[in-house]
Amino acid sequence: MNEFAAKVLEGDPRSIAKLITQAENTSPLAASQMKKIHPYTGKAYVIGITGVMGSGKSTLIYEMTKEYRRQGLKVGIIAIDPTSPFSGGALLGDRIRMTELATDNGVFIRSMGTRGMLGGLASAVYDVVEILDASGKDIILVETVGVGQAEVDIIKIADTTLVVLIPGLGDSIQTIKAGIMEIADIYIVNKADRSGVEQAVAELESLIDITCIDKDRKTPVLTTIAKQKKGIIELVKEIENHKNYLKKTKMFELKRRKRYEAELVEIIRKRLMNFIFDESTFKGKVESLIDKISKKEVDPYSAAEEILGKILK
Amino acid sequence: MDQKIRVLVAKPGLDGHDRGAKIVARALRDAGMEVVYTGLHQTAEMIVETAIQEDVNVIGLSLLSGAHMTLFIDVTKLLKEKGLDDVLVIGGGIIPEEDVSKLKKAGVSGVFGPGTHCDDIVEFIRKNVKK
Amino acid sequence: MFDKNKMINIKKKKDEWSKECYLKHIKNHPERKKKFNNLSSIDIKSVYDPDDISHLDFYDHIGFPGDYPFLRGIHPTMYRGRLWTMRQFSGFGSAEETNKRYKYLLKHGETGLSVAFDYPTLYGYDTDHTLSRGEFGKCGVAISSLNDMEILFNGIPIDEVTTSMTINGPAAIVWAFYIANAENRGISIKRIGGTIQNDILKEYIAQKSFIFPPEPSMRLIVDTFEYGYKEVPRWNTISISGYHIREAGSTAIQELAFTLGDGVEYVKWAIKRGLKIDDFAPRLSFFFNAHNDFFEEIAKYRAARRIWAQEMKKLGAKKDRSLYMRFHTQTAGCSLTAQQPEINIARVTMQALSAVLGGTQSLHTNSMDEALALPSAKAARIALRTQQIIAEESGVTNTVDPLGGSYYIEWLTDKMVEETYKYFDKVEKLGGVIPAIEKGFFQREIAESAYRYQKEIDSKDRIMVGVNKYQMDEPIEIPILKMDEKGEERQINRLKKLRKNRNNSKFERNLSNLRSAAKGDKNLMPIILECVHSYATLGETCDVLREVFGEYKEPAIY
Repeated sequence: MNEFAAKVLEGDPRSIAKLITQAENTSPLAASQMKKIHPYTGKAYVIGITGVMGSGKSTLIYEMTKEYRRQGLKVGIIAIDPTSPFSGGALLGDRIRMTELATDNGVFIRSMGTRGMLGGLASAVYDVVEILDASGKDIILVETVGVGQAEVDIIKIADTTLVVLIPGLGDSIQTIKAGIMEIADIYIVNKADRSGVEQAVAELESLIDITCIDKDRKTPVLTTIAKQKKGIIELVKEIENHKNYLKKTKMFELKRRKRYEAELVEIIRKRLMNFIFDESTFKGKVESLIDKISKKEVDPYSAAEEILGKILK
Repeated sequence: MDQKIRVLVAKPGLDGHDRGAKIVARALRDAGMEVVYTGLHQTAEMIVETAIQEDVNVIGLSLLSGAHMTLFIDVTKLLKEKGLDDVLVIGGGIIPEEDVSKLKKAGVSGVFGPGTHCDDIVEFIRKNVKK
Repeated sequence: MFDKNKMINIKKKKDEWSKECYLKHIKNHPERKKKFNNLSSIDIKSVYDPDDISHLDFYDHIGFPGDYPFLRGIHPTMYRGRLWTMRQFSGFGSAEETNKRYKYLLKHGETGLSVAFDYPTLYGYDTDHTLSRGEFGKCGVAISSLNDMEILFNGIPIDEVTTSMTINGPAAIVWAFYIANAENRGISIKRIGGTIQNDILKEYIAQKSFIFPPEPSMRLIVDTFEYGYKEVPRWNTISISGYHIREAGSTAIQELAFTLGDGVEYVKWAIKRGLKIDDFAPRLSFFFNAHNDFFEEIAKYRAARRIWAQEMKKLGAKKDRSLYMRFHTQTAGCSLTAQQPEINIARVTMQALSAVLGGTQSLHTNSMDEALALPSAKAARIALRTQQIIAEESGVTNTVDPLGGSYYIEWLTDKMVEETYKYFDKVEKLGGVIPAIEKGFFQREIAESAYRYQKEIDSKDRIMVGVNKYQMDEPIEIPILKMDEKGEERQINRLKKLRKNRNNSKFERNLSNLRSAAKGDKNLMPIILECVHSYATLGETCDVLREVFGEYKEPAIY
């Protein structure tokens, strides 16, 4: 048992991978090992990357990773794709753009399905960040796909959150207006060789002017052409700037606190849900309550209170 | 515990025919598995490293160029070298009968040719996956 | 198309028939299925009548063969004048073995050659490159240099027989091998004829044997267009291919729409370069698949001719030859079964017949054993004989477009035209063909269709004889082609010798000329020819271009 955690701390890829699997499966073994590695975490810098499908996030991550590797840093990549709510399966294809990184022993890539997590992030993502952190990765890149809750939740783990857009997609700006405006620490307009870049940048900047009016840091907008490796060094620098800003303003500690809070909530939520829905004693009760709700013999609120009452007793 | 079968669908070598690989990937997803797809042009090293990091239970190799005797066996050899004895390896493609038995001996446990029902692959994995 | 008053009567009669005859009949004798649809999931009615095609104009939409819109055929006499070219795609192992196979096929009445290359060649790697591991001669012949090309065509009259070469990423270089070989044999390159596939767009979309990114790839292609009409006027400098799109799992409509869309894209790039459409367009050719749904396939070829003529006119073509949609057909490899392989002969016959009724200019018929391995000589001969039976026994060549005027065929042809234009609009909205590729539009469309087709087979909604119905459990008795095990070693030795014996200073000068030319915008064909003449290998030449152009990485579509 002890060895498992120890090997993760040594950076052994198989042990890292196996512990991640245990964490994803919420096994008791995972819990015991996670306890052991926690003291060794906190060193890695976590970068969240989100944006619409087809915005070139994977290529961007690939190029950023190569830049970090050039600087001698070790990189962990977590690529999250949605789990099908119907089958429970998932197609995880973000590695396609990063295949050359597979054989670099300073890089560890893990693809994850969201596995029915309510928020859109994979529920085990906090564990995976901790594991990669403990294993000695200096930078952890977390990629989420799609528009919606996952994008908002990414700020719970990321120290710096990048929102990636592409020119010419009118609705991508709309998406921002619709709710994720606040989450970006840096905006990236990728595929900047396409027409409409200036317009996209201008639109973003005017939005930023409104939202950052009473803030001391204005969210920067960068343009990149990841496919041609353009703008990558500048991006990495801008992330460093943001990191320095966080440290200077003590927001770094606050962010980390928020992450631990989210993690704690997630562990409790998972355990509680397992307790209610998976334990043999309660599961029957829950099923019969759902039957009763369907037949209008009881309402969902009273049913919930009944279950919670039993737990709190 | 929420245990899922994780599968790596990989295309070794230069062959670009990915129709079969993509169909199988989708079919396995629809059967509730987590499928990591590598894309084209993988070397044995890439496939094995990916299998390690992704901690997959199964590797599915797809190749239609006829180079399976070299490229599939490169993968199983490297798996053995790295001590990954808990990974089930299956393969698909245009594979003559006489090669099938040789491949099985080399560690490719299941070989699926044209006309295979997707459910047969799903069932084979469920039955043979090493947990 | 029909007299209005007569149509009113026909419609009335049809309603009566439907009520009194059809509906009554199916009440007691229901049809076998609730719905009948073809491979593109188009619903097919129980019967077609004049009403289904009355919206068409005979002259604008159907017409006569050899006349605009060429829907019924590009020549007025079609097979009454000249039969299609019987061109069997073939290549395996070393140049020596394939050369032997070509001579065998020509002896048995084949009228054109078609070269299949192995994967290293398709990707522009020499046989001794590390990435070539295990692939030598596996799904085609390995050609790494002019030397190999000389051996491949040794003793074959390349001034008489035409040669088609399935090569895309490195097409310009492999074509240069062929041209250089002709020059060395003292044959005027004005006289040699054939085709290079040279269709990179469908590689990005479906076949995935790409090397360079789109821009430089398109530039190389336009270079070959220009060089071709000026210097090698009997050569088809492109074969815009739907075949591989279909093999990757598309429907017939997607094959049609994506292929013609690619065609239009090439023309636009060439015009942008300043080429005159009537100079290069007559040398554009096409390549389609012949799949299982007999009438759908015939409708597809007919629709393709009409759309192409219309589109080329819009792009400013004046010459009739520029409007011709000339095409090669190959029967569908993906329709063949490994189970009961002999029955593939029947499938291939039907598919080949659809290509002929659709007016193909040349045809490859698949061998029955192709779902198992490379074709044996006997299987390849039977495939060729299948074409000869259609050509010389069946009588279908006696008249042009014998199905023209069939209500069903004309309706279906027009339907496919309509659906194609819908796809054109979609692609336009995505910003054109290349942006749509980069967004994975085609790839996703094809993957969806392929998965649906597989699910239909799995659920037996679609029958594949021998696979999900009428299965048999018996050992497969098909002789499998054995390749010369010494071939690879021999070729690697040949390469070593070539690199040692060539004039290396001349070779290096030529490659460095190519490097600087690639950075500019001059036509690269002449300098590639010089490189090839100085025995630069395929890999060496491609490496220079890789260095300048970079390599293409595909978007993640799954």
